Amino acid sequence: MDAILFSAADFHVLKPVILLCLFGCGILITDAFLIRNRADRWKNAIPALAAQVAVAASLVQHLGDVRSGGAFSGLNGSMQVDGFAVFFNWLFVLAASLAIVISARYMGAEGEHRGEFYALLLFAQAGMSVMAAGYDLVVLFIGLETMALSFYVLVGFLRDTRRSNEAALKYLILGAFSSGLLAYGFSILYGISGSTNLGEIAKAVAARSEGDLALFLALITCSVGLLFKIAAAPFHMWAPDVYEGAPTPVTAYVSVASKAASFALMLRIFLTAFESAAEAWMPLLGAIALVTMTIGNFAAVTQTNVKRMLAYSSIAHAGYILLGLVAGNETGLRGVAVYLLAYVFMNYGAFALVAALRREGEAAEDIDDFNGLYHRAPGYTILLAIFMLSLTGIPPLAGFYGKYFIFLAILREGYYLVAVFAAIYVAVSAFYYFRLIRACWLLEEGEQQKPAQLDMNFGTRAALVACALLTLLIGIYPQPFIDLAGESVLAALR
Amino acid sequence: MPRDYIPILIFVVVAAAFPIVTLLVAKLIRPSAPGKTKLEAYECGIAPETDTRGRYSIRFYLVAILFVIFDVETIFLLPWAIQFDALGLFGLIEMLVFLAILIVGYVWLFRQRALKWA
Repeated sequence: MDAILFSAADFHVLKPVILLCLFGCGILITDAFLIRNRADRWKNAIPALAAQVAVAASLVQHLGDVRSGGAFSGLNGSMQVDGFAVFFNWLFVLAASLAIVISARYMGAEGEHRGEFYALLLFAQAGMSVMAAGYDLVVLFIGLETMALSFYVLVGFLRDTRRSNEAALKYLILGAFSSGLLAYGFSILYGISGSTNLGEIAKAVAARSEGDLALFLALITCSVGLLFKIAAAPFHMWAPDVYEGAPTPVTAYVSVASKAASFALMLRIFLTAFESAAEAWMPLLGAIALVTMTIGNFAAVTQTNVKRMLAYSSIAHAGYILLGLVAGNETGLRGVAVYLLAYVFMNYGAFALVAALRREGEAAEDIDDFNGLYHRAPGYTILLAIFMLSLTGIPPLAGFYGKYFIFLAILREGYYLVAVFAAIYVAVSAFYYFRLIRACWLLEEGEQQKPAQLDMNFGTRAALVACALLTLLIGIYPQPFIDLAGESVLAALR
Repeated sequence: MPRDYIPILIFVVVAAAFPIVTLLVAKLIRPSAPGKTKLEAYECGIAPETDTRGRYSIRFYLVAILFVIFDVETIFLLPWAIQFDALGLFGLIEMLVFLAILIVGYVWLFRQRALKWA
């Protein structure tokens, strides 16, 4: 019976997940017993942030162990801690901390401030943590579902808002559908290899002949399921509605953390299990990436709602990130990691500003609402400009380095036509990002300056300034971040 | 290899043919005398008075969900209780962790007054 024992090594591997679950449950209890007033609800953010500190501490331990002794696994090889898992866990810690900090004011303004909100944020993060470190199909799937179920509730958290309910229902139905497809793909993989361990599956896949029907079917179903999760075209239709309807901090969290987690899952599966079938999936994903960039960028041009515009832009970004996987070389994967890191800060910054415009009884999410913002809040408008320029990919800002590595990677592989199209779409994206900047500074005749004010508290201010500083820092002094990203990528390629 | 699956194919054909043949034979030999009373609910039910898709309190839904949670708890407890000796201390601790998580949910529900029927 020794085999089932939960050893100290297993505990060490699972520590971030256990911490998140403990703090999540703790918040439910402390909220129920200690917090009596509606006005005190923001205090739930304190244990949620403490959880992030605790997880960060255990990640530092993990990173130290990985650096000194290489990757280590636990729970009979179903979880594996390597540079890849640690890197993505850092992304989740950053994204969750920013979401918590922004939420405290926003949810109060919406009148739906509850302890469960923070608990669900942590539970979602626990699922993502499992997705990044999982090395077994069943474990990965449980992680994915833990994340997704928490997000369904978070998206519909504004109970009295119709759009929020609609978004939650759409997300639930399409999410369940894509999970079903993914589970079907996993079952075929299990049928091919007789094991749920990714390493075993990789061996079985490598032993298969080229053009094997079962393998092809597994590849297609897994790809479709994962492409749904990262909102790549033509499986992107849920994203704009969900991003628009969800509370803004949740939108930021879904668009950054859930996307990063789904990319972690995708990289893990495609670079281990499907590695030997790369010739089959590279053209497929390349075509998907091109379609995604086309639809994302051109649809974003026509949007008048800022949250919808950012939703389409995040679809377009998913296309760029996919190109890094399509290139398949080390540069491309490093680009994916750098891109996701930069994306955390620039996207959060943009959403934090949209959230700050939200006040009681007023959505203030249209581009018009930003008219003349510079004259009322010059400092924050400059920050907004930084985030928009970084999203476009202008040096010396963080977004530039993500795009730089990905373009470098596809050029090295000789996909010149793809690179040309990707570059044209950067120009298209500049149009809609600059339109928002223009609205802030310039008022044409007949355009009304809107009374919308930025409503800040300490948390939002701190989050915004941190995002802007890191966007600048990664842009100006990128070397340590590139090294960190490279380390994680090497672990995934090994 | 495909030959091994022939019994399954035969099974599918027989399974499909069985109801079809039965219904066809019954249709051929039974007398046909349709009437309105024959369509009414007889001993197996009562005639519906109103639309069946009426609205009802969302609390029923909540109770159903709570029932499922604690139902699943029992389902997990049963195999553990049967294998108690084999699982030993590890099983006991694992089950206590599981129960602790469920109890957190229960306490939370209780404090949210989700169990209050008024």
